Amino acid sequence: METLEQIKARLEAALPQAKIEILANECAAGERSLLVDAASAFAVAKFLRDDAQLCLDYCSNVTGIDWPDKELTEKIKVKQVVDGVEKEVEEVKKSLRPGFLEAVYHLYSMELKHGPVVLRMRTVNRTDQTHLPSLTPLWRGAEFQEREVYDLYGVIFDGHPDLRRILMWDGFKGFPMRKDYVAPDDFEYEPTPHDEVLEQAKKHYSTEVKA
Amino acid sequence: MIEAGLKNELQKQGVYVTTLEDLYNWGRANSVWPLTFGLACCAIEMMAASMARFDLARFGAEVFRPSPRQADLMIVAGTVTKKMAPLVVRLYNQMPEPKYVIAMGACAISGGPFKQGYNVLKGIDRYLPVDVMIPGCPPRPEALIHAIMTLQEKILNQKLTGPDRPRHLNADVPGEFPVPAYGEHDLEPPNNPEVWQPPAIKR
Repeated sequence: METLEQIKARLEAALPQAKIEILANECAAGERSLLVDAASAFAVAKFLRDDAQLCLDYCSNVTGIDWPDKELTEKIKVKQVVDGVEKEVEEVKKSLRPGFLEAVYHLYSMELKHGPVVLRMRTVNRTDQTHLPSLTPLWRGAEFQEREVYDLYGVIFDGHPDLRRILMWDGFKGFPMRKDYVAPDDFEYEPTPHDEVLEQAKKHYSTEVKA
Repeated sequence: MIEAGLKNELQKQGVYVTTLEDLYNWGRANSVWPLTFGLACCAIEMMAASMARFDLARFGAEVFRPSPRQADLMIVAGTVTKKMAPLVVRLYNQMPEPKYVIAMGACAISGGPFKQGYNVLKGIDRYLPVDVMIPGCPPRPEALIHAIMTLQEKILNQKLTGPDRPRHLNADVPGEFPVPAYGEHDLEPPNNPEVWQPPAIKR
């Protein structure tokens, strides 16, 4: 199979409006992925599927990732004039990276027996602009998995034929796989509490004592 | 009531004496028909228990019925999610009396490894009167057979009259259990207080 750089170059030639980025992966497997902007994601995916050299006809996996707001700290060396002498002073610059939701697609080719190509799409934020294009019209197998991502992360897939909750019941509020989801406190009793459960147990025991 | 010693002595002479209670319970205990009903990997062990190698038929419990109307025993084999719990209770309500429940495996008795999760019931005993609980993840077929034998023992020792008589002979006790509704995050109510009360924390 072509390298990701080659694929990116061909994509950019075929679809000049698409914004494509190669994301590095720091983990041991080091599998890099293509980050596509939501507006051109459908066209990019269609190209990946229909291109004769790639022919990625099988979408094996769709998953979601929740990236909450993150405070980034950067150390920058700034030149400052202290007592008439110019000095280099280290300054810590803080910036806030707003959170977003991500959908990840693993694409393989059954025809040419290669893969995977990892495709990622990101929403604008985690609250009101959580729309992404659905790739179910291209890979029918993505239907249930996109429903699962919708159910657990709250990504709304535009163009999905039947976007409903799949694992949780219909009246459920919230998206349980998000980092900030708080499950209802239904602590009862734990014989050997530890970690988070211990904290929960302490909370319940202390109220018992007060009452 | 006939003495056990006299009963044995008569049996040696080829005279069999029994009570209606014993006969009734003996008949019930040896033809417990379970509901074909599996929720997770415990169901695989349940299937193994009913097949040739472990042969649940030796205990009269091999007739797995696909309809709750024909079943005596519900084997809750596997993880009961909050989404599935109302359906389990409804199936139980549809079974005719006398009916029994075996909670099979760590998930069915306590939520198991998913206990602290957001979508798993912390034990089916919150909604149903469980007769036998089998620990294990999953329990081996022998454990299920042991549970069936324990249940048979329980059935054999049931008194048909008096205040301790089973539910199906007591008109005052309701045979149906309320089906929980789906709430916004949890089931409503989170347990049936008539069946289960949270353990009191002693400090």
